Amino acid sequence: MNLSPSDIEAIVLSMKIAVSATLISLPFGFGVAGLLVFGKFRGKVLLEVLVNLPLTLPPVVIGYFLLLLLGKHGWAGSVLRTMGIEIIFTWKAAVIASATVGFPLLVRSIRLGMESIDRQLLQASRSLGAPWHDTLATIVLPLSFRGMLAGSSLMFARSLGEFGATIIVAGNIPGVTQTIPLAIYEYASSPTGTSMALSLCLVSVVLSIAILFVHEGIGKKLEHGRGS
Amino acid sequence: MILRIDFEKRLGEFSLKMKSEISGERIGIFGASGSGKSTLVHLISGLLHPDSGELYLDDACLYSGRKSINLSPEQRRIALVFQQAMLFPHLGVKANLLYGYKRCKPENRKITPEELTKVLNLEHLLDRGVGNLSGGEKQRVALGRAVLANPQLLVMDEPLSALDDSLRYQIIPYLRSVSEEFRIPYLFISHSITEMQLMTDKVLVVQDGMISGVSTPDELARANMALSPHGYLNLLRLKNPVMQEGLFHYPWGNGNLIVSYGRLEGESLFELSSRDIILFKKNPEAISARNLIECRVAEIFDSGGRKGVVLESGNQQLIAEIVHTAAEELQISPGTTLFAAVKASSFRRLG
Repeated sequence: MNLSPSDIEAIVLSMKIAVSATLISLPFGFGVAGLLVFGKFRGKVLLEVLVNLPLTLPPVVIGYFLLLLLGKHGWAGSVLRTMGIEIIFTWKAAVIASATVGFPLLVRSIRLGMESIDRQLLQASRSLGAPWHDTLATIVLPLSFRGMLAGSSLMFARSLGEFGATIIVAGNIPGVTQTIPLAIYEYASSPTGTSMALSLCLVSVVLSIAILFVHEGIGKKLEHGRGS
Repeated sequence: MILRIDFEKRLGEFSLKMKSEISGERIGIFGASGSGKSTLVHLISGLLHPDSGELYLDDACLYSGRKSINLSPEQRRIALVFQQAMLFPHLGVKANLLYGYKRCKPENRKITPEELTKVLNLEHLLDRGVGNLSGGEKQRVALGRAVLANPQLLVMDEPLSALDDSLRYQIIPYLRSVSEEFRIPYLFISHSITEMQLMTDKVLVVQDGMISGVSTPDELARANMALSPHGYLNLLRLKNPVMQEGLFHYPWGNGNLIVSYGRLEGESLFELSSRDIILFKKNPEAISARNLIECRVAEIFDSGGRKGVVLESGNQQLIAEIVHTAAEELQISPGTTLFAAVKASSFRRLG
């Protein structure tokens, strides 16, 4: 196995993007899952469809929409530009792409966690004097922790593998936006890159397996801890 | 406490329309499952909102459609105890107990954690996780958690239904002592007449989403005598027995009650079905039943085609159930003297 300095850079960058995307999405994921589970409002189905859309849309299409939104003439892009923030073709764009694509996975897991909370626990909390935001913070949040952890690990893994949306909004600039999948793509298109591509593939496999182990391990530990 | 209810609520097919004013410290809400008891509890505690109407607790308006008042559950200070303990699984016993206490304004904190843990006998559980408590311990912690929130009103929604018989009667003294010690009025919701007799002074009877009446637990038990599979259950608190030939002789009325399965120490609670009492007009000289009690008929009442006979001995009462023809043959009327025969094994010790 041989990894060039630019491969190492790609691995570090991938991790950085995946961690950022996951951490940024967590509060939103918690909020949206909370709305979907406990909220009573018109347009809930629409929100549900919107949240899940990235699961079914081709990532390239998502990337293209993000490009339109965040690009020079895009609505968000022009606002950010006046504030001196450049998104497109930077690692931040890759974070946004990863966050968008992984978001439904995160919401799904948190939602499953929240749905398993007995409603009477929330009613007990309210009747004991907790306003709804207090109940959210002291009962729903800790009891959704497992779902959040499960969702985060899935989203992290999904972010590590993000390709289609990322290449459109962030490009494939070595050292700047080139993540593991993009580097593999580049190796694969060069006739001499097979062994380099395989090395990175191996890194990908090892990372995925490690995440899945962590995912399972923490899940089991929490399950065990809850019983005592 | 005075509770004034006058509201309506539609929930799909089910509609609830209730109007009543009830005062007291130990109020029962009685009804079959599906009658609307739990919906009523949710409406009173603010977890559901009525479609229209008003709700007052003492002088405080909790809900008024007309005045656009709708206090949130945390503003109402009505603590709930559920059928299942519903302890917060991520918190230990102590943190569960203090959950409401911490959220209670300091000026409203009249009951302290120290007092409460003593009354509910929870001291040895404080450092435990909630996962390794027994069913009865869990329900005691849940009760303590609700009481420590220092509520204006405690609402217990079938708190004993999930417990088995022996545990149920172990918990009842705690429920009673908590309300007596700390003077918290409560609503006790149940479909068990015995629980109503043990826990309440007045009962709101709920049927098909309506309040069909206000009665006393005894009236309720009498009215249900013929319908209930066990008739009217006489509840007897007996103590200081003397053991003779393997049977417990408890002082009662003008004589003794002889019971097969008693307990020497402390006070015991027994139930005796109205159907386990046989009445004789004259003293039968010898019978196998160990109890032959001479009593005076204090009252006769009708209940669903049966006659209830209220028997008096000293200052104690028992209710026996007979059919109309038996009443005619015995020529019973208030004031007559009868002999009641009861087998020693007919008394069932509850706690």
